[in-house]
Amino acid sequence: MAKDKKAAPPGVSRRDFFRGSAVGALSTGLLSSTVAEGAQTAGAQVLGPGPVPVTLQINGKSHRLQLEPRVTLLDALRNHLDLTGSKKVCDRGTCGACTVLMDGKPVYACAVLAIDAQGKRIETIESLGTPEKLHPIQAAFVEHDAQQCGFCTPGFVVASKAFLDRNPRPTRQQIEKGLGGNLCRCGTYAGIRAALLAVKAGKGGGNA
Amino acid sequence: MQAFEYANPTTVSEAVKALAVTGGSAAVLAGGTDLLSLMKDGVETPKRVVNLKSIKELQGISYTAGKGLRLGALATLDELMQNAKVKQEYLSLVQAAEGVRSPQIHSVGTVGGDLCQRPRCWYYRGGRGLLAMKDGKSMVMEGDNRYHAIFRSSNGPAFFVNPSSFAPALIALGAKVKVTGAKGSREIPVAEFFRIPATEGERENVLAHDEIVTEILVPPAAQVRNATYEVRQKEALDWPLAAAAVALQMDGKNVKSARIVLGHVAPVPWPVPDAEKLLPGKAVTASLAEQVGEAAVKGAMPLSRNSYKIRLARVAVKRAILRAAGMEV
Repeated sequence: MAKDKKAAPPGVSRRDFFRGSAVGALSTGLLSSTVAEGAQTAGAQVLGPGPVPVTLQINGKSHRLQLEPRVTLLDALRNHLDLTGSKKVCDRGTCGACTVLMDGKPVYACAVLAIDAQGKRIETIESLGTPEKLHPIQAAFVEHDAQQCGFCTPGFVVASKAFLDRNPRPTRQQIEKGLGGNLCRCGTYAGIRAALLAVKAGKGGGNA
Repeated sequence: MQAFEYANPTTVSEAVKALAVTGGSAAVLAGGTDLLSLMKDGVETPKRVVNLKSIKELQGISYTAGKGLRLGALATLDELMQNAKVKQEYLSLVQAAEGVRSPQIHSVGTVGGDLCQRPRCWYYRGGRGLLAMKDGKSMVMEGDNRYHAIFRSSNGPAFFVNPSSFAPALIALGAKVKVTGAKGSREIPVAEFFRIPATEGERENVLAHDEIVTEILVPPAAQVRNATYEVRQKEALDWPLAAAAVALQMDGKNVKSARIVLGHVAPVPWPVPDAEKLLPGKAVTASLAEQVGEAAVKGAMPLSRNSYKIRLARVAVKRAILRAAGMEV
């Protein structure tokens, strides 16, 4: 803990620190030899390794950022846009906690580079409902006790949205298959199934 | 993840050039579901990443009567699963794609990426190389090999298993993969695309550093009963423990010829010609499928902890045959 405090000055959050270092890398990146080498490649556009302009369409808004090509969509959301609803758990495209919609399809935000998400319509958990008026899926999750620690929940809700958009009248078996890209270590699967069956039946919960 | 420069070619020739100038220090990016993980783990540390997704000619799925199916390397698993022609004639491919289980992977994962994904071997993923040798000995032989190969080749000390979902079915269907590099294009039977590395540093496929997979060509299969069957530890996202793909040419009720290829049991997709020979001239029955399964695993040489996979492979073959014949068990 003492080390952490030393790493960032008081009042600077971890995300502020990331943002600061990205800007710092800008000047060094532009001078690196790989860029000069890359520029010789006939035809193909070559960008980076330093920060480059990246424009992302997120929840209906356009955001202009300066990001290194290596920054994933998940890190761009969490560290550069303060959209921390998408969770970073495995960071290896396996657990589903970072699921967002890209042009309406579910993707692992940790397995997509931010630079590759340009021109796509990104929807995150922040676009679904508000604390006062939950999205029917969120309300059903509450109603059916579909979370325990809650870390996988945003990913499950977004994956559920993608699934129900495509399968509005799913069977229990289809729900199990359709959410095969998300893991819950607390084992709340029974609650999640019940929540989705309730949404299917038009019973999304209190605020639906 | 180490910083890299990002090349964004819009044609195959631009992509090949962008790869060629790097002398092998570049990585090819399609869906990204495998490459980004490898880069985060430091297993791959490319100086340049060449994104293929802006290349239109690599996209799409089309069918030409008499010629068959063309899968652009960038065709996603989702596109493949939704394609009417694929669903009608190439069930083994649909079943293999479904086996991936994750809608998130279906959305962005590509057919070309499925063939080029790197093995899941935990020694390799832990940075120990494909052969995982230490002091002249295989760490796989000595260590935890429960998910490793049960078939070996005299060609080298590789024990990882080929991770591709589509390769067994593509080989059973007689598909070819088209690759393009600085020296031009070539078509390779999918069976010859993969190889068993003999020394560390050798790739598990025949691609040169400036070559990319551009398309996969699958012969017409309207008259070919084909199926994939995977044996899995869990129903959610994971690679199977053993899989089999079967393609049966029929002559009335009897099998005329058969191709059977196993997946996830050897460093390359594993054809079983001796087992195939039991089928021609006979009608498919449960007991015949059982016999073929037994024949398919005859040459198995399990490691210290994976003899259980022999039984799984045997069952995968049996069930793939029955599924192809429309006798689902």
